[in-house]
Amino acid sequence: MTPQEIRAAYLEELTRVAPDIDPETVADDDHLQDDLELDSMDVLNLVTALHARFGVDIPESDYPQIATPALAVAYLGKAG
Amino acid sequence: MPSLGADMEAGTLVEWMIKPGDQVRRGDVVAVVETQKGAIEIETFEAGTVRELTADLGQKLPVGAPLAVILAEGEAAPEKAEDEGGEPAAAAASATAPEPKPAAAPAEPVVARPPRAPAAPPPGGVAASPAARKRAGELGVKLENLTGSGPGGAILLDDVERAGTARPAQEPAEAEKPTPAAAQKPSPMAEMRKAIAAAMSRSKREIPHFYVSQTIDLQPATAWLEATNAGREPADRLLMGALFVRAGALAAAQVPTVNGHFTENGFAHSAPVHAGVAVALRGGGLVAPALFDAQDKGLDAIMADMRDLVSRARAGRLRGSEMTKGTITISALGETGAEAMTGVIFPPQVALVGIGAPQRRPWVVDDRVVPRETVTVVLSVDHRVCDGRQAAKFLAAFDDLMQSPEAL
Repeated sequence: MTPQEIRAAYLEELTRVAPDIDPETVADDDHLQDDLELDSMDVLNLVTALHARFGVDIPESDYPQIATPALAVAYLGKAG
Repeated sequence: MPSLGADMEAGTLVEWMIKPGDQVRRGDVVAVVETQKGAIEIETFEAGTVRELTADLGQKLPVGAPLAVILAEGEAAPEKAEDEGGEPAAAAASATAPEPKPAAAPAEPVVARPPRAPAAPPPGGVAASPAARKRAGELGVKLENLTGSGPGGAILLDDVERAGTARPAQEPAEAEKPTPAAAQKPSPMAEMRKAIAAAMSRSKREIPHFYVSQTIDLQPATAWLEATNAGREPADRLLMGALFVRAGALAAAQVPTVNGHFTENGFAHSAPVHAGVAVALRGGGLVAPALFDAQDKGLDAIMADMRDLVSRARAGRLRGSEMTKGTITISALGETGAEAMTGVIFPPQVALVGIGAPQRRPWVVDDRVVPRETVTVVLSVDHRVCDGRQAAKFLAAFDDLMQSPEAL
C-alpha cells in the first residue's frame, strides 16, 4: 500500500469509529485524543479496526505510534 | 410516554417498531422517542398482543400519555375504545406507558432482557437516529450530506426535516411556506444543555451533597491490565474503565445507602447495582446510561456492555430503561487530565463516583517512598440517605478491590 492509501484507510476507520469527524478537516499532526477528542474506548475501537484491516498486531505500548495520521502511516507502512 | 429522565416533560414519538396484532414481551423495544438527550428506544413493560397504536408519529406527548393499547393474554378487548376519547383504552387494558417513574424502579426485580445484538457501526458510517434514517429515505435526503446536531454528531429527525425543507421543493408553494419551527427551534445540543442544566440544578437544589475522597494505589491494576492485554487481540482487550465500573459495583453492593433512588417516599435501596456509566459526547454534553446488574458481571462482560453502551450513545440508540434505571453513577475523566473530580449526583440517584485521571506520584510502600500510579476517587453522596462512615466504607472497599484486580 502507498502512504496515501494507508492514510485513506486510516481515516476511513477513524471516521467509522467517530462518525462526527469530517475526514477533510483532519490534519496529519492532529492527535486522536488531544485534538480529535477520542476517548479510550474510541481509541481501542480504532486499534481493533486497524488490526482487522491491516492484520497488524498493535500492542498497547505502540498506541502512541498511531496517535496521528502521520505517525500511523509510518507505523502501519513499516509493520505491513 | 415514559419518563426518560429526571426532568423530562414530553417526548416526540418518531418511530413505531410494533403494529397491531404483534405479540410483545416485557422489555421489547416498541418505539423510538426523541428527547432533549437524543433519540431513545423505549421498551414495553407489559406482555401481550398489541391492539391499537393510539399515538401518531411526530406527535409530541407529555410524560404519562398513552401510546398504545396492549391486551394481556386472555384479556378482553375494550369496547370501542376510540369512541370515548381521552384515554379510555388505558383504563381497560394496559398501556405501554407510563412505566412507573424512575423512582419506583430500583426495588423491582430486573426484567429479563432478550440478548442484545452487538452494536455495529452505523451503516455507511453515518450516525443517525432511526427516525432520521426513515425520514431521510422518504424525503430522498442523503444522510452523509448532512451535519448531525445530535449527541456525538448523530443526525436527528430535525436535521433531516431541515434539509428536506431547504431542498428545492417540487412544489413551489410548499417551498414558500414559512417554517418558523425549523428556523427558530434550538439546536439539539442546546436542548441537551437544557436537560443537563435542569437535572443538575435540581440536584444541587434538592440533594444535600457531601463528599469523601481517597487517593489509591493504582499500580497493581495498571500492571495487571498491561499483562492481561498483552496476551489479547485488540477486540478482547480491557480498559481501566471496566475495572473501575466493576470495583464500583462491588463496593456499592457492600454499602446499601449509596445504591438506589431517593423519591418523595424516601430512599428505596436497590439490591442490583445498575451502574450509570458517564459517556462524554464529542462536541459537548454527556449521557450516563445504565449498565445493568454490574455486580453479577465479570470484567469481560462489563467491558462488552461498555463498548455497546458507548457506541449506542454515539449513534443515538440508547434505551429508555438505560436512561432511568441507573442506581449509582460512575464517571471517570479518562487517561489524562485533571487528578480529581467532585461530581453532581444524578437524581433520583444518591451517589456518584468521580474518578480522576491516573497520576504518577510519590507513594509510601514498606516505609519507602517510591513512584506509583495513583488515582483519586471522590464519592459524592446524598446526606439524606448516607453518612460519612458509610461513604468512607465505600471508598475503602473500592480501594481494596482495586488492589486485587485479578479477583475482579
